[in-house]
Amino acid sequence: MFEQFVNGIFWNFALIVFFAGISWRIIAVLRRGKPKDLSVPRNSGISGAIMANIRGFYPRKEIAPRIRMQVIAGYMFHLCLFVLLFFAAPHVTFIAEYITGFSWMPIPYWAFVVASEITFAGLVLLWIHRVLNPVTRLISRRGDHIASILVFIVMLTGCMALAQTSTELRVFHRFTVELLMIYFPFSALMHAIMFVPSRAYTGAWFGRRGVKV
Amino acid sequence: MSTLLERGVDKLKTQIDARVEAYFSSCTHCGVCAEACLFYTETGDPRYTPIYKAEPLRKVWQQEFTLLGKLSNSLGLNSITENDLSDWEELVYDGCSMCGRCSMVCPVGIDIAYLIRKVKEGMAAAGFVPDDLQSAGQRALEFGSPMGLTAKSLRTTIAVLEQENAIKIPLDVEGADYLCMLSSNEVVLYSEFITAISKIFSAAGVSWTLSSKYFEATNTGVQIGDSQIAAQLLERLVEVASELKIKTVISPECGHAYTTFRWDAPNILGRALPFNVVHIMELLDQLRSEGRLKTTGSFDERLSYHDPCNISRRGGVVQQPRHLLNQVAPNFVEMQDSMEMNWCCGGGGGVSANERAEPLRLQVFNVKKRQLDELNVTTLVTSCSNCRIMLEDGLEDNDMDVSVIGITELIADHLA
Repeated sequence: MFEQFVNGIFWNFALIVFFAGISWRIIAVLRRGKPKDLSVPRNSGISGAIMANIRGFYPRKEIAPRIRMQVIAGYMFHLCLFVLLFFAAPHVTFIAEYITGFSWMPIPYWAFVVASEITFAGLVLLWIHRVLNPVTRLISRRGDHIASILVFIVMLTGCMALAQTSTELRVFHRFTVELLMIYFPFSALMHAIMFVPSRAYTGAWFGRRGVKV
Repeated sequence: MSTLLERGVDKLKTQIDARVEAYFSSCTHCGVCAEACLFYTETGDPRYTPIYKAEPLRKVWQQEFTLLGKLSNSLGLNSITENDLSDWEELVYDGCSMCGRCSMVCPVGIDIAYLIRKVKEGMAAAGFVPDDLQSAGQRALEFGSPMGLTAKSLRTTIAVLEQENAIKIPLDVEGADYLCMLSSNEVVLYSEFITAISKIFSAAGVSWTLSSKYFEATNTGVQIGDSQIAAQLLERLVEVASELKIKTVISPECGHAYTTFRWDAPNILGRALPFNVVHIMELLDQLRSEGRLKTTGSFDERLSYHDPCNISRRGGVVQQPRHLLNQVAPNFVEMQDSMEMNWCCGGGGGVSANERAEPLRLQVFNVKKRQLDELNVTTLVTSCSNCRIMLEDGLEDNDMDVSVIGITELIADHLA
């Protein structure tokens, strides 16, 4: 019964909320509009937007020593999560079956274990930093903590499902993923998509002024 | 909702555009921006975290433009209050120099200075502006200058300079190629700037003038965050430049004047300007590259250059002052963090005009002190008169034996 619910109606509901929610958030940005910049540009805004999107992936040397922990933990978490999401064997099978219709080479089991451990470590470090650092403690909102906890639960149930190979655990993992999908468009998790226009707007602004980003 | 709050919220609502929506939608509250802000690094107070200063705007965005926020607001939860605005006045006007260093380091690319500028619009509409800035704004509207200087003050200064230096300073010359604006600082404190440009332009054969009708480069409306005042002051510039049939307006050694004239004015006025705008550094470097600005001798003391934030990071004029310095200063050394990642003097964005902020401003000057201590220079050069005052103030407060000069003055002293 629960398995049918998770694999059927709730999956469809989560998919609709996920894609409709993301589309709605993107449309909200576009709908809001932006007044045309009437100043005479010094350089191209488009190249600035592209450069800013690339430049944003690595920290500036001027502040890197002050944010070492966030950078290392951030990379650990995001890179390994990406690997797990798209290269863990069960995910490759699932994506091929339900989305793409074709599959690719998954990572071996030992790599899955290593990637999971690094992802967990990164997430926990970032969350501890969020709670203990006076700055992040002040500026964090309830949603930031909910997002961290949800991602943690999804990863935990995922690891449990893989290790136990039990249908119940796999279904429970899928259920937590669906909860995450429903929460995603309404939360700070949207940064996974919104960082692109955000960097582009700022990069274009600097680019027009001839400032190296 | 009180009238003040209603005015503030209404104004903040009008400030939310696609950029703001994308920025707030992508912020993960990582706190990296704090590490780039001198108000945080030098005080350790997390309230000075740049993105936290944009909190009033974020609250309005959330309660008016997001599904969960609208729901919370309808239940009376997490709504913005008048206290929010009054509490944020100190953070926005005393604890932010709008230097934009935070905008360079945000991992998701948020231009936080852009957000804070918009917060100021809401604060101004609600009347939460420091008294000193409000008075400066009134004087600017009444006299044309935040210091209350008039055409008579300018004429007196010009007469003294002409007599002392045996030079001719053109005033109200119709059809001149360039109109040079001045900040009040350059009329009252650093009039050597006027002497310097007169000598340089005379030697380079530049057709230029000052205007007695409206000479003020400082735009207090921008510092307050009141676009209406900003627009009124800019209209005076457009009127004077049009009357004198000016092709190009020169922004003097003043950081925010440059970004206001060059980048913000068309957007504040809603139309393209009928003239070009150049910063004095751009023009001097152009004259140098054309061979019209020739120098002789050198300034041999060990010196460094303080990048004014609005000229380098927010204005894009980075290499020009360095070209000029390399021509006359063989012992020019760069600070460790310079150019687009310079540290602010602490007095931008109207902080310098806000006496209440002085103790905080002098505290955050520590970062500049450390930079200078590392370099062991005897002279500091800059291209913004406001930075110059802040630097002199900070150096004096720290008993540091470093003199501060403007580049234009340095170049004029070495004219061939």
